[in-house]
Order: sequence, then C-alpha cells, then structure tokens
Amino acid sequence: MTALGSAPARAAVGQDVARRAPVRRRRHGSWSGWLFALPALVMYGVFVLRPMLATVQYSFFDWDGITVAERVGLDNYRRVLTDPDLVSSIGHAFFLIIFFTIVPVAGGLLIAALLQELRQKWLVTGARTALFLPQIIPGAAAAIAWVWMLSIDGVVNQLLGLVGLDSVTRAWLGDFTWALPSVGLIGLWLQLGFCTILLISGIGKIDAAIYEAARLDGAGFFATFRAVTLPGLKAQIGVCVTVTVIAALASFDVVLMSTQGGPGNATMVPGVLVYQLGFTESRVGLASALGVVLTILVLVVILPLQRFFRED
Amino acid sequence: MTGSTRERRTGTVLLLLTMLFAVLPLLSMLSAALQPQGSVPSGISWPSDPQWHNFADAWRVADISPLLVSSVLLVLGVVPAVALMATMAGYALGQLRIPGGGIFFVLLLFGLTLPHEATVVPLYHQMRDYGLLNSRLGLVLALIGVFMPFAVFWMRAHFQSVPVELSEAAAIDGASRWKSFRHIQVPLALPAISSMCLLLFIWTWNNFLQAIVLIDDPTHRTMSGALLNFVGQYSTDVVLLNAGSLLIMAPTIVVFLVFQRQFSKALLAGAVKG
Repeated sequence: MTALGSAPARAAVGQDVARRAPVRRRRHGSWSGWLFALPALVMYGVFVLRPMLATVQYSFFDWDGITVAERVGLDNYRRVLTDPDLVSSIGHAFFLIIFFTIVPVAGGLLIAALLQELRQKWLVTGARTALFLPQIIPGAAAAIAWVWMLSIDGVVNQLLGLVGLDSVTRAWLGDFTWALPSVGLIGLWLQLGFCTILLISGIGKIDAAIYEAARLDGAGFFATFRAVTLPGLKAQIGVCVTVTVIAALASFDVVLMSTQGGPGNATMVPGVLVYQLGFTESRVGLASALGVVLTILVLVVILPLQRFFRED
Repeated sequence: MTGSTRERRTGTVLLLLTMLFAVLPLLSMLSAALQPQGSVPSGISWPSDPQWHNFADAWRVADISPLLVSSVLLVLGVVPAVALMATMAGYALGQLRIPGGGIFFVLLLFGLTLPHEATVVPLYHQMRDYGLLNSRLGLVLALIGVFMPFAVFWMRAHFQSVPVELSEAAAIDGASRWKSFRHIQVPLALPAISSMCLLLFIWTWNNFLQAIVLIDDPTHRTMSGALLNFVGQYSTDVVLLNAGSLLIMAPTIVVFLVFQRQFSKALLAGAVKG
C-alpha cells in the first residue's frame, strides 16, 4: 500500500517543481484507497442493505417465518393498497406530519422571527438545555411521560380544568377521535424545541444589515418576514422539514409505547404495523410489502422537498 | 424601534412558554414519582411529603443495575467501532477521493432516509441464521451498520474541509497512507470524531427498535428497550412506573447536562449535515 499510495504523489511532485497545477488536477485517488472504505461498506452492506434487499424479496412471498414460503406475486402489495386497516395506517402517518412538521416549523419560525437573536447568555443556555431535552431522552420514555400527562388524572386535564374547560376533559389516548391528535401532540413536543433552536441559530447568521435596511425602508414585521427571514432561513427550514417528515412517516417507538395503535386502529401507523405483522402475527410477506411501500413513500416525499430547499 | 422591542418581548415570552412546555412532562413525572406508593396521583402538585425512597424501590423493582451494565457494554461495542470505520471511510471519500466513491455516497444517502422498520423483519431472520439472536454481539453488529451512513457522512464532510495539500505533503515525506492517516489526519479530526461519538452514544443508549426485536431478555437490551417490559408489568402503578422511567432516563439527561454545549453544537451541526 505504501508503494501504491505514494508513487503517484511522488511522480506528481517531480512535475511540481515548475507548476503546482498537476497535483491539484489529480482528482481521483487509486483503488487501494478502498481499503479504508471497505470495513464501513461491509458493515453497512451486511446489516442494512442486505436486509433491505431481503425485504423486497420477502414482499413477493406468503411466509410465516418458519415453514416453506409460497410465491404470491403482487398479492401482498395489493393488500397494502386496498385493505382499509393498512391504507388508514398510511393516512395516519401523513396526518401526523401536521404535528411533527407544520406546527413545530411554524412555531419555531415565529419565535425566531420575533426574537431575531438571543442576546442574554442565560437565555441561550437555558433555551438550549430545555429545548434539546425532548431530543435527548429516549422516545419510549417520552411516550410514558405523555401517557401520564394525557391520562384522565393527568396534567393536560388539570390545565384544562384551570381555564374552565372541565367539560372537555377525557382520557385522551383512549378516545377514538382524539387519540391520533394526542399522539400528534407528543410528536409536536418531540420536534418543537429542535426546530426552534435550529431556526434561532439560523436567523443569527442572517446579516443584520439586511434587517436594518428593511427597517429603514419602512417594512413591517410581516413584510420583513416574507422578504428577509423566510429566504434567509431556507436551508434551516429544509433541514427541519426533512428530519421531522421522516420522523412522522416512520414513527414507531412513541406510538408503540403510548397506544400500540389503539384504540381500535385509531392511531395505527405503518411502523408499528410492520412490527406487529412481522413479529406477533408472523405475516412476514405482508409486513415486508408494507415496509417497501413505507420506504418508497418516504423517498417520494423527501426527494422533492430536498430539491426544493436546496435550489437557490 | 418600539415595535421591535415589543416583538422581542413577545418572542421572549413565547420562547419561555416553549421551554416550559419542553420540561413539563418531566416535571409531571417527578411529581407523580414522589407521591406515596399505591396512591392515585393527580396532575402536577408538589407532594406534602415527597417519597424520595420511591426511587430506591423503583431501582430494585425495575432492576436498573444490570440494565446500566448492559447499556454501557452496548455503547462500548458500538461507538468505538463506528468511529474507527467511519473515520477511515470518511477519509477515503473526502480526501483520497476513491474511484466509485460517488456510488458509495449515494448508497449512504439512501441509508440516511431509510425507515428502519423496513429492515428489521429480515434483520431478525438474518440474525437467527447467524445464531446471533438474543446476544449483545448481534445487536452491536446491527447498530454499527445502522449508524454507519450518518457517521461516514459526518466524517466525509470533515475530510472534505481538510486541504488536500496536507495529504500530499505527507506523501512527499514518504509517509504511507496509513501512517499519514494515523498520525496527521486522525489527530486533526479529533473534534469532529468526538462530537460524533456523543451523538452515537445517545443513539445507542436510546436505541429501541433493534433492541426489542433482536433481544428477548430485557436485561440484555438497552435501557430504553427494557422500558417495554417495565410498562407491561407496572402500567397500573403510576408512582413506580414514573419513578422507574425517570431512573431509566436519568443517565442520558445527566450526560446531556454535563456536555450541554458540545451536544447542542453536535446536534445543530448533525442536523445541517444530515
């Protein structure tokens, strides 16, 4: 490796006596560099790519995980796209985007735009500590905290009672209508702090002179927001949207620990359904087809978003 | 100017409310965890006689000690291995610019968006074939693979910012690639590596999906994976459930508070890079 690695470089140095350009132009290294990349590629290949390919393969079979599998063509996909329970789980995942993405990004933008930048040091430290907490603790533990918050004796009902709304109190996660928005509230809690911090740190990087100019032009809050803040934060908004949309579509631990998809199927999401079909119901083929559909959905939603937020 | 001051004041109030919202569930847990055992707590209220010994009881009941050991073993298995392999691969992609590296990179990007639920069912059967089900080694190997796309992506971004001239200077001195990697590149990359390790630590410690799928015995899982069984057993005992869950969260929260600055930086940078 030593000889291979340094020989071209030495040759380049020979030419380099007169000009530096040739060294720069050597854009690609030799194949031996792959020895550095190989361990990572092998681990990724064996424990991520191979199972992913196997998911695609399983999705064309009817298999209980033990006995001989039977090839069924596209039957599993037909079920995923027609069975009401499976289709509604996909619908729930998209509904959760409102709580995981839209509200946190809007809330974070509003706070960032109002504050412009955090000047007090204690507030910076305090905000970072408090707002990152939901990202740091395990999602499963967050779900337990919220099951208690949303229970009949929980804080949510206590707060509603304080403002005179005793009539609407209920066991939120057990209510067919309100369970899904309540799970959404947990997602909102998970993502809001992260988006807020990211957007505040982003707005701090926008040139203050632009805001000054907008003010001198007599632009109000909303005009400044549209003309300066939104375009200036495009990259950060893109990051928030991408991360939170994936979290919404692929939600798993929060739902499994808070409702397990219930009551009935009211909060069932594809992630939990794949787990239940694949492990408790031993319908490996159907679980795999749903997994493939979920992967495609994530890619179909994320790729255009990425393109939109990356372009200038 | 007055408008601007009013905006800032509104913003500060909203920020403080958001901060309160972020810590409220933890306060509510603490309030419930300190009530007398067997009572039915209600909302947030500071208990007249806080029962701190509930935590000692929950520690025993939830069997926290083996969980701590198990999580530490998993972190020790996953984090150094990912750090080493990802640093090497990041160097190959960002500095050596290996031929075909672009394809590898696109594969990694795919791994960043992949929902892990899609791979766990075959992963389970694959591990069963390898005889690695219910072993920490199996979970360690799986997590090394799962975290690899992000880690390589992170290290590649670092190595792209290192001037190529540095490698070339080392080559002129006759240093082999491995030597130049080991003695020049890695020391320079240490800040990037250490903040990545913080993130890897948290993700391993908090791992849930792979832990519950690949390991049946809760005491061999991560701490958060063990929560699944804990909830199953104590869902009716609100006091103990909250005390135990707080104990399970405590290590991550303590590590986060100690490394608060580094974590904030890493999380922000990680988000932008990812």
